[in-house]
Amino acid sequence: MADFVSGFWNVYVIGLVVLSLLFCLFILVSNNKREAGPVELHGHVWDENLAEYNNPLPRWWLYLFWITLVFSIVYLALYPGLGNVKGILGWTSIGQYEAEQARAADRYGPIFAKYREMDVAAVASDPDAQGMGQRLFLTYCAQCHGSDARGAKGFPNLADSSWQWGGEPEAIRATITDGRMGAMIPFGATLGPDGVKDVANYVRSLSGLAHDSLRAQRGAEAFQQNCVACHGADAKGMAALGAPDLTDENWLWGSSEAVIVETITHGRMNRMPGFGEFLGQDKVHLLTAYVWGLSNKPSR
Amino acid sequence: MSKKFSHDAIERSVALMIVLTLLTVSVGGLVEIVPLFYQKSLTKPIDRAGNPLDIKPYDALQLTGRDIYVREGCYNCHSQMIRPFRAETERYGHYSVAGEFIYDRPFQWGSKRTGPDLHRVGGRYSDEWHRAHLINPRDVVPESNMPAFPWLERPVKAANIQTKMQALRALGHPYSDEEIAAAPASLEGKTEMDALIAYLQGLGTALSNFK
Repeated sequence: MADFVSGFWNVYVIGLVVLSLLFCLFILVSNNKREAGPVELHGHVWDENLAEYNNPLPRWWLYLFWITLVFSIVYLALYPGLGNVKGILGWTSIGQYEAEQARAADRYGPIFAKYREMDVAAVASDPDAQGMGQRLFLTYCAQCHGSDARGAKGFPNLADSSWQWGGEPEAIRATITDGRMGAMIPFGATLGPDGVKDVANYVRSLSGLAHDSLRAQRGAEAFQQNCVACHGADAKGMAALGAPDLTDENWLWGSSEAVIVETITHGRMNRMPGFGEFLGQDKVHLLTAYVWGLSNKPSR
Repeated sequence: MSKKFSHDAIERSVALMIVLTLLTVSVGGLVEIVPLFYQKSLTKPIDRAGNPLDIKPYDALQLTGRDIYVREGCYNCHSQMIRPFRAETERYGHYSVAGEFIYDRPFQWGSKRTGPDLHRVGGRYSDEWHRAHLINPRDVVPESNMPAFPWLERPVKAANIQTKMQALRALGHPYSDEEIAAAPASLEGKTEMDALIAYLQGLGTALSNFK
């Protein structure tokens, strides 16, 4: 795209290009004359008696030059190249891109439209839709959640039935569309190292893991004072805040005492980016159905 | 044609040949490179339609991170140039426009993608993901063949940040005196990892679809 700061540059480019082409033309014509009579020697002599004829270029070679000259003129007439001249075809790289997008919309639009009308459970039981969902998942989601959707430390497992932010289709759709910001505030300063250890043992006791029962008893009190606002009095978490259920066997960061101590002491910050604007609602719909379908085996 | 510029004369005079060769090869640059400095879309923070883009010079931390990106040779495997092809915009986001790179000296477009393009990586992953991924890529992407960069967890070298920013200001990056004065303080206690992540999280956000 040529958006020069002044008209001079337009003239400058056109002028130089045209002059170069004319110069090439001149060189070709002026060197193309073959004079009658015997061919002269070049004048160089090597190795006592080795000399060179001053022949003109072979015809086929000369024609190649002519072809390039004609090509450049045709090209500059059809395509943008001469300053601000747009060319007869009106081609632009962005125009080509938009045509490609339009073709894709024609071709894939009806497929997306079909699934758009179906609810998540119906899409989840359609094998073709699940195939599309899986490919979308592998492209956009697998970097964090893994190609098998089983996550990693700090990245939730999407294939089990435990949900930090809710596992209903609409909750999953909201997570994908707008992202989530999970924040646990640090309690290291409030509880002190010993208090943190007590609470960690209490948390382990909630899901039946090995723990120091004396510490757990003390930790239970601290838990009631500090943790129930988010994790609930029954420690079953609160999906609206993204506070996880502490009584089940799923652990985002790990269940060892050391990791739980680290979590309580320093808190956790976790973020899932919102993909709604990037992917568009049609793809989000397919992804929602795919993710929902991982833990809700629909009846076929 | 006069005898002075005949084939014979040019071939026999090295000086004349050098001068004429330089003249000939400079035409390409004069036509294709020089006018680029006088195109708005290449020198101003605007998109294709001429609308202003939210492009700011890198702050001190991002600038430091950018130098680490260059030092570690990230550009050998990662491009920062999304071409206007559907296959690329589907995966990475909006195609790159020239105005986005006006504060990149030199730009990191790259020419090889062993790894994915990074121009719109800003906001696409969490900081924690980047940290885990840079320490050991296999921890989050088992099939990755990217090398690990565990040594980035060391303090940044902040000694020359002000001279660096002053040099860039001389080239037209609008850093204020306050920004340059505050630069060393903003690097205090930061690791190279922090700086690199700050740089990555700021990449391509002017036309990004990520929130």
